[in-house]
Amino acid sequence: MHPVRKQRLYIVLFIALFSSVAIGLVVYAMRGNINLFYPPADVVAGKAPVGQPIRVGGMVVDGSVQRADDSLEVRFQVTDFEASVPIVYTGILPDLFGEGQGAVASGELNEQGVLEATEILAKHDENYMPPEVADALENSGYDHQGKAK
Amino acid sequence: MIPEIGHFALILALCLALILAIVPAWGAWRGNSVAMALAPSLSIGMLVFIAISFACLASAFLQDDFSVKLAASHSNSLLPPIYKFSAVWGNHEGSLVLWVLILAVWTASVALFSPGLPLLVLSRVLSVMGAIAVGFLSFSLFTSNPFERLLPGTPLDGSDLNPLLQDPGLIIHPPLLYMGYVGFSVAFAFAIAALLGGRLDASWARWSRPWTNIAWAFLSLGIMLGSWWAYYELGWGGWWFWDPVENASFMPWLAGTALIHSLAATEKRGLFKSWTVLLAIFAFSLSLLGTFLVRSGVLTSVHAFATDPERGLFILVFLAIVVGGSLTLYAFRAPAVSSRVSFAWVSRESLLLCNNVVFLVATLTVLFGTLFPLLVDALGMGKVSVGPPYFNAVFVPLMALLVPLMGLGPVSRWKRDSIRRWRSELVMPAVIAVLCGVTFPLVHAPYNIWVALAVVLSSWLLVGLARDLWQKVRGASGAGRGWRRLTAGYCGMLVAHLGFAACVIGIVATSQYSVENDLKMNPGDTRELSGYEFRFIAVEQVRGPNYVADEARFEVRRDGEVVAMMAPQKRRYLASGSVMTEAAIDAGLFRDLYVAMGEPVGNDGAWAMRLHYKPLVRWMWLGAILMAVGAFTAAMDKRYRRQRDVVSSRNEAALHGV
Repeated sequence: MHPVRKQRLYIVLFIALFSSVAIGLVVYAMRGNINLFYPPADVVAGKAPVGQPIRVGGMVVDGSVQRADDSLEVRFQVTDFEASVPIVYTGILPDLFGEGQGAVASGELNEQGVLEATEILAKHDENYMPPEVADALENSGYDHQGKAK
Repeated sequence: MIPEIGHFALILALCLALILAIVPAWGAWRGNSVAMALAPSLSIGMLVFIAISFACLASAFLQDDFSVKLAASHSNSLLPPIYKFSAVWGNHEGSLVLWVLILAVWTASVALFSPGLPLLVLSRVLSVMGAIAVGFLSFSLFTSNPFERLLPGTPLDGSDLNPLLQDPGLIIHPPLLYMGYVGFSVAFAFAIAALLGGRLDASWARWSRPWTNIAWAFLSLGIMLGSWWAYYELGWGGWWFWDPVENASFMPWLAGTALIHSLAATEKRGLFKSWTVLLAIFAFSLSLLGTFLVRSGVLTSVHAFATDPERGLFILVFLAIVVGGSLTLYAFRAPAVSSRVSFAWVSRESLLLCNNVVFLVATLTVLFGTLFPLLVDALGMGKVSVGPPYFNAVFVPLMALLVPLMGLGPVSRWKRDSIRRWRSELVMPAVIAVLCGVTFPLVHAPYNIWVALAVVLSSWLLVGLARDLWQKVRGASGAGRGWRRLTAGYCGMLVAHLGFAACVIGIVATSQYSVENDLKMNPGDTRELSGYEFRFIAVEQVRGPNYVADEARFEVRRDGEVVAMMAPQKRRYLASGSVMTEAAIDAGLFRDLYVAMGEPVGNDGAWAMRLHYKPLVRWMWLGAILMAVGAFTAAMDKRYRRQRDVVSSRNEAALHGV
């Protein structure tokens, strides 16, 4: 075989080997590191797994936000106007978090059906709604103020 | 009136871009030198009209002309003037105008600063850039007109710029990032021109190298500023989130890094030619993909402005044309430009090849992680998100694999080297690296194995560089002469690799050593964090130009001595009513102290507070700056200019019939 060709063959083999190692790494890292979004209605219907990382999002129910006096624990509910899911979170909430606003929480569902959140994302500008929340509302047939469409 | 002039100028720029895309390319095809010679002046004309258009838009913002819809929805009369100006690109339409302005600046720079480039190549390059400008100008004009008026119904005041964007970092972050993004269009244009011409030689690589370096340097600075901004402005002390939009700027950077190294092999040894061309196409396509991801609104992110699907579709089609077109051209032409040069396995070429494979795989894994949620969503399998753990698990091992090779690279020789020489060169760096790795982390208890590993890797890199530098300088009689003999290209490589080492140490140390506490604090409370005592004195009301704020006063002591007074704020912006956290940071070369306010807790004046201690966090940004400085230095290398002089004198000789 021509030496240049031979070398090229080895290079291709090397790249193929290296890429498959990388793909293996990717597949390994993908397991357990991706989390699915569930609208509140699905969570209440029991479609969401317990004890696995998931995300739940919707509008924060008016009057549902309760802070503990002695720690940074906060409890609230998010709704898609069909059902609402209780969420508990310890820490500092984002600036744009508020009652009647869209929010997405990521964490794990416990046995009582409460989402123990490790991260809360709120919308970050006046006119913007997290796409998942917008879709969840779309499916439930309500607009963001809870009026039926 | 002024906005209409701006709109008209933008339309004229589109016409010029159309001519630029067609006429010189036709000239290059038919050998018509008059048509080809039009290219530089058309490029400059395009720049002038886009600049006029941009100036008109900026003046609408600066003069509070709220009859312009864009100014009305993104500016406010209370905004400080500098933020009125940066508000021009703090939105979708305006940032596109900035995009095309920067594209025009790059195009005109190629026209002006490549006197040695043969007219045939120059006209092709400028034509390709003109075609890209056509795409983006029509995107701007047809789907997102920045000059749209609100007549009648002009509001009395604007609804304000998103407070997150009211920040000095954000004044320069988008322009720098765009300089980088768009700069890869030059490398792309050179690659397409080479494919069109069917000739790809060392001089081609020499022409595109400085442009690629400069674009890459700007991109590094832009990404670094974005990360720094997120750190102090988002109020939770993170500096990299693997957010899809961050990835969108990071992928072209990774591909660009591979491109820079493969261009080195192409220029010096005539190797990997078709591969380099492919990388140039790839890097620019990733820039376009980034623009698509950010601008189409398919992603949840700070950067996603509320958009309509028509825009996303436009960029997607444009992306398909660019990628599809250039890959088709590549398929037809690549065999004509491929190289037949061989090299020994033990040589600098193989190391550069490894660099390319690592960076390419890194790019692809980031690309996969970024697009996977979109893919799953498109297949209707639900809405997933891929978080930082995935990216860290994939990316960190790849980089750890890279550094040992990086230490070897500069020491090794082109074409053929020997294992024995490597061994004799590298025993000392290896020993020193291990010693550093064992001893340095002792400074900070408890001993951390990951930091030790990072120190081993980066000191291996540094000692290797130092040894190589020493050998280069030592040879000459008199130290001064040896230093002067170093080329700018070599110095640039040195500085950039030094920056990479600083980055590695900064990232690993700050991830491993950081102490982060979210606490409830009453005024008068003292909390201790890594040897620092944070005393929360009081909360006071302060007023800024367009906001009111609660400001917490903190006194930080170490061993009884006051080291810093810190005053984080919780701001409420008057125009929009939105609330924003302004963190207080006491910065240092070896550690940052970071305090941010959460919200009031209970009724007795207590607040949720975020206290962070972050060692070596600055090293990461410092490293990025060093990398950029290195790339700029390398672009200044004399050989790029010398070659121009040679070529231009040759051209003159040809003109005068000598």
